[in-house]
Amino acid sequence: MQLYLPIAEVSVNAYALIGIGGLVGFLSGLFGVGGGFLITPLLFFIGVPPGVAVATGANQVVASSISGVMAQLKRKAVDFRMGAVLLIGGLFGSGIGIWVFARLTALGQVDLFVQLAYVMFLGVVGAMMMQESLRSMLRARRAGGVVIRRAHVHTWVHGMPFKMKFRASGLYISVLPPLAIGAFVGFLSAVMGVGGGFIMVPAMIYLLGMPTKVVIGTSLFQIIFTTAFTTVMHAVASQTVDIMLALLLIVGGVIGAQFGARFGVRLKAEQLRILLAALVLLVCFKVAMDLVLTPAEFYSIMPGRLP
Amino acid sequence: MMRLFALRAALLATLAVTALPVMPLPLAAETIVAGLSQSSVSITADYAGSEILIYGAVKREEPILPGRSLRVIITVSGPDLPVVVRRKDRVGGIWINTDRIRPGAVPSFYAVATSAPLEDAISPEEDLMQGITLPRILRDGDARSQPFLDAIRRIRTAEGFYSVKENTIALTEETLFRTDVLLPTALVEGNYTVRVFLTRDGKVVDSVKRTIWVRKAGLERFIYNAAHDQPLLYGLASLLMAALAGWGASALFSRLRW
Repeated sequence: MQLYLPIAEVSVNAYALIGIGGLVGFLSGLFGVGGGFLITPLLFFIGVPPGVAVATGANQVVASSISGVMAQLKRKAVDFRMGAVLLIGGLFGSGIGIWVFARLTALGQVDLFVQLAYVMFLGVVGAMMMQESLRSMLRARRAGGVVIRRAHVHTWVHGMPFKMKFRASGLYISVLPPLAIGAFVGFLSAVMGVGGGFIMVPAMIYLLGMPTKVVIGTSLFQIIFTTAFTTVMHAVASQTVDIMLALLLIVGGVIGAQFGARFGVRLKAEQLRILLAALVLLVCFKVAMDLVLTPAEFYSIMPGRLP
Repeated sequence: MMRLFALRAALLATLAVTALPVMPLPLAAETIVAGLSQSSVSITADYAGSEILIYGAVKREEPILPGRSLRVIITVSGPDLPVVVRRKDRVGGIWINTDRIRPGAVPSFYAVATSAPLEDAISPEEDLMQGITLPRILRDGDARSQPFLDAIRRIRTAEGFYSVKENTIALTEETLFRTDVLLPTALVEGNYTVRVFLTRDGKVVDSVKRTIWVRKAGLERFIYNAAHDQPLLYGLASLLMAALAGWGASALFSRLRW
């Protein structure tokens, strides 16, 4: 069924959109990532202009994150207090990020910066996660199924002031590290144009020592607010949110998120982390290839403003 | 004396003005009468491309001149929109955008149909002068900008927004002609200009212009206006829809208890 999108100004297949929404929603419910990194290229592929794809993708992520959080909430796997602290840090970070983005745009190299940042962060984060989860899985296997369970590992993070109890995560740590992580991810998401779940999830697991199961719900919780903010900003600043496109993506997305959350329950924490690491590395590889391989067409046309 | 002079000047000016359209008459013994199957296109939710029939006839007072080839060329041009064209170059092993131009507004759609092979239908000089097969803006570049302008034509042709289709106009008895022009599914709102050229021996004998009005209608119109007139409200409405859908799906699935 073909449908003409009023803002994107292109006629697309409605079922393809529901499918894309469903796939991204599934990953969102499974890993606690927003999926902005995936939805933009997929929409671009079926002919939606990049500006509309980014803005409308953010709107879809709001819906699938809410759907995912509700599913996690039933298992009490959302740490609202931690989410709020991360969010406060995130607001500061994105404020700085928006300023840096404007400077880079003025210099004309924002695309390159975004791509390099992608490759660097995704590469490092993915490799670290993959190595850690493989090791812990091997260890579990060697120990003959008996896993030594520790609530969390004590690191330098635990020696800082302004301690706070995060009951859902079983943590009693300083608020400074979560604030800093929130600010850093907020900065990156403003500059790179993605929700930042990719960096937030590993940071919560490895730097804060939060249990994997709580991380997903908490990450989704804070993604709701950052993407909601992004959606409204785009709607006001550039009128690029296509509500009809969003509706179709959302129909697929919220259902996909429910399936993802159910599927995630059946997986072990290590398996979940390995899969996420593989996905991160895959995206990193793809972006790196785009930078290195000789493109088929050296020129690109973008809508511009009248001189 | 002064008044007489002024009067004569005015008379001369009037003569010149009235004479202008009359001037080509001796040459244009043949004129075009053209019509469109529809002069407006409404983009509604189920819009998936549309076909416009362009038809017409050659009107003449005298019998057909023998031995001189009559040809018809039709162009359809979409609204001009500003673009930025960037070029990638390899710097330190990676491909980055190194150069760009802003050529101004270029047609979002450009289709050319002819009744004969192009070189037979129009001489290159005449084509250049009238800007027929290629909009003038994509031709008048300097050494630096011309590769960018060529890229616009190449990319837009590959995407189906620009086309040159030779031999697609049916010309009957050197009098009746018709062709179908396919408007793309990614249609931009605006006025589409249809130009019909009549040529003999590669020279334009007559031309007419028609306009197709392309407008969003119904729900598409409503959403587009809402997004531009009430952006904040529109953004919040999008969020509300997202929130309701997210909550609704979760409520529905927990009701299912699977």
